[in-house]
Amino acid sequence: MNRQHYVFPKWSNMLLPTLIAVSTVVPLYVVLLAAYGFSPKATDVGYQPEQPIPFSHAVHAGQLGMDCRYCHNTVEVAAKAAIPPTQTCMNCHEKIKKDSDQLQLLHETYQRGESIPWVRVHDLPDYVYFHHAAHISRGVGCVSCHGRVDQMEVVYQHEPLSMAWCLNCHRNPEPHLRPLGEITNLAYDPMVELTADERHQLRKLHSIDPSQDCSTCHR
Amino acid sequence: MSSVTIDNTVEDPKQRAPLVLNHDDFASVTEEICRVNEAPKPPKAWYVSFIIANMLAGLLVLLLAYLFITGVGIWGNQNPVMWGFPIVNFVFWVGIGHAGTLISAILFLFRQRWRTAINRFAEAMTIFAVICAGLFPGIHVGRIWLAYWLFPIPNQMGMWPQFRSPLLWDVFAVSTYFTVSLLFWYVGMVPDLATLRDRATSRFKAIIYGLFSLGWRGSMRHWHRYERAYLLLAALATPLVLSVHSVVSFDFAVSQLPGWHTTIFPPYFVAGAIFSGFAMVNTLAIPSRQIWGLKNFITMRHLENINKIILVTGSMVGFAYMMEFFIAWYSGAHYEAFAFINRAFGQHAWAYWIMVSCNVISPQLFWFKKIRRSIPLMFIVCLAVNVGMWFERFVIVLSLEQDFLPSSWGYFTPTWIDIWMLIGSFGLFMTLFLLFIRFLPVIAISEVKAVMPQADPHHDQKHGEAKA
Repeated sequence: MNRQHYVFPKWSNMLLPTLIAVSTVVPLYVVLLAAYGFSPKATDVGYQPEQPIPFSHAVHAGQLGMDCRYCHNTVEVAAKAAIPPTQTCMNCHEKIKKDSDQLQLLHETYQRGESIPWVRVHDLPDYVYFHHAAHISRGVGCVSCHGRVDQMEVVYQHEPLSMAWCLNCHRNPEPHLRPLGEITNLAYDPMVELTADERHQLRKLHSIDPSQDCSTCHR
Repeated sequence: MSSVTIDNTVEDPKQRAPLVLNHDDFASVTEEICRVNEAPKPPKAWYVSFIIANMLAGLLVLLLAYLFITGVGIWGNQNPVMWGFPIVNFVFWVGIGHAGTLISAILFLFRQRWRTAINRFAEAMTIFAVICAGLFPGIHVGRIWLAYWLFPIPNQMGMWPQFRSPLLWDVFAVSTYFTVSLLFWYVGMVPDLATLRDRATSRFKAIIYGLFSLGWRGSMRHWHRYERAYLLLAALATPLVLSVHSVVSFDFAVSQLPGWHTTIFPPYFVAGAIFSGFAMVNTLAIPSRQIWGLKNFITMRHLENINKIILVTGSMVGFAYMMEFFIAWYSGAHYEAFAFINRAFGQHAWAYWIMVSCNVISPQLFWFKKIRRSIPLMFIVCLAVNVGMWFERFVIVLSLEQDFLPSSWGYFTPTWIDIWMLIGSFGLFMTLFLLFIRFLPVIAISEVKAVMPQADPHHDQKHGEAKA
């Protein structure tokens, strides 16, 4: 045999094992990267945009103990939980902290009859329909989706709001059910306060049978 | 090497018909087959066909881009025929692919020695056909960037594909089939790639062929493991020949549409697939052996054997067509009866009769030895079968036109994009096939040598005589 036939140096013996190793590790890495790195858990949770006015939920809903529904007043009857108009703020701030620098924008917009350009935090895709009232009136509390807003200086997204996350609850709603009186009580935990049987009774009381049809949310 | 051609189609019980003609030694076999790859320039016919095939494949790429930008509305798919050309083309190409596995797996297990000359390029044909087939359901999803939804991948939607749907089984069946066929093809090619590596005249070629021959040295141990692996793959691939097209047929049979919802579909589809696959093998083999002078390996006997398989499977298909009509009548289900009468005499009757004349009548000509052994005639029949088998799927899919409710009836018209995408898929197929012929060993060199009488260790001995 002609020596010239040996075109490969000795290290090329390692090519095949390396190729096999790379071709198993790389796809695995890519899949894991895509599954975790691009999941809403990684990309959306913790979204905390800067708001035009440093409004503190921790102060209003936490320290002062205001009910969520004082400002988000449509939540029990409509699909949307309304962002309060400037007038709602002025109910109190007409008198309280009138001259605060931080509230300058509030007064300016109020005088001009404009809205405060709040930045939306919880934004579902346009092809998803979520109905607040449908959930609130059956005992799914605010905290289930929004987290402890009463402890947030600046509101951030607490849950992934992904489809799997929605379906988790639609497939097994009982851990999230509470008496209607505790709907806005963010500190209330049905898993602590209620027995499994009581939660089951709540489910029966409100005849909760969450649909998993596509058209439930993708109308 | 003499140029005397022997007629090896004669059946003589006293003697095995030779499968390799005009070769007495192994070296000249290697020489002749490798010439296809080693000639400094391929024949003119290669250039001409490659340019045409490439242009058509390029057209397909452009149309795909147009499709992705615009959406599936550019096709003729419209209520009630939501499955138009894409599914027709898919089933057509998957069917073509079946000959490769049948030749490589089933004929191998049954020790049909004549398979060695045609298995390599039939397997290549299978792989390229499955690539063309896989393209169509992939682009049929419309939003191509969501095509990964076909696979059960955990996702943020908390959703799985519908495991009860045959469309998902199809994904598994076709991807398994592709993987196994590719492995089979490649494993079988390793010793021949090593031959090309050892004969390579340039360093570049030596490196490329060297990489793909995986360090094959032709030692006894290599051969032993190679043969084991090949046998195992053959055993693995054998059920696939039957299962893949059965699953494809479930796409139709599991639904409740009259004309689709029949138990005969799986065997009928498998027979049809092998039928169309073998017709395509002949369609490719006849010009190839002519252009590259491979007549000593792909002999008239090989072509005749293929024709016999076409005759058998064609008759099965014809029988299936008859049974469909019989059951439509015998079942007493008048929707079923209507579907079949409509098939034969309805608005697309022309397609039905093209199908019948190409698939049922034309292969029957192979009862005649003269036709079975005449190159031009068999070529025409094989082309007719290719056309007929495409129309078979077309006819089946168009059962959608007129179902239970007359108010939802419609008429399917393909757009020019439908038609050019079908033609473009042939361009893609031929491009791949022509590249294969130019750069890879088109005939299994090592296997072909094994069916020569010289491979028998006792070849030089007279009967009852000990070797010196």
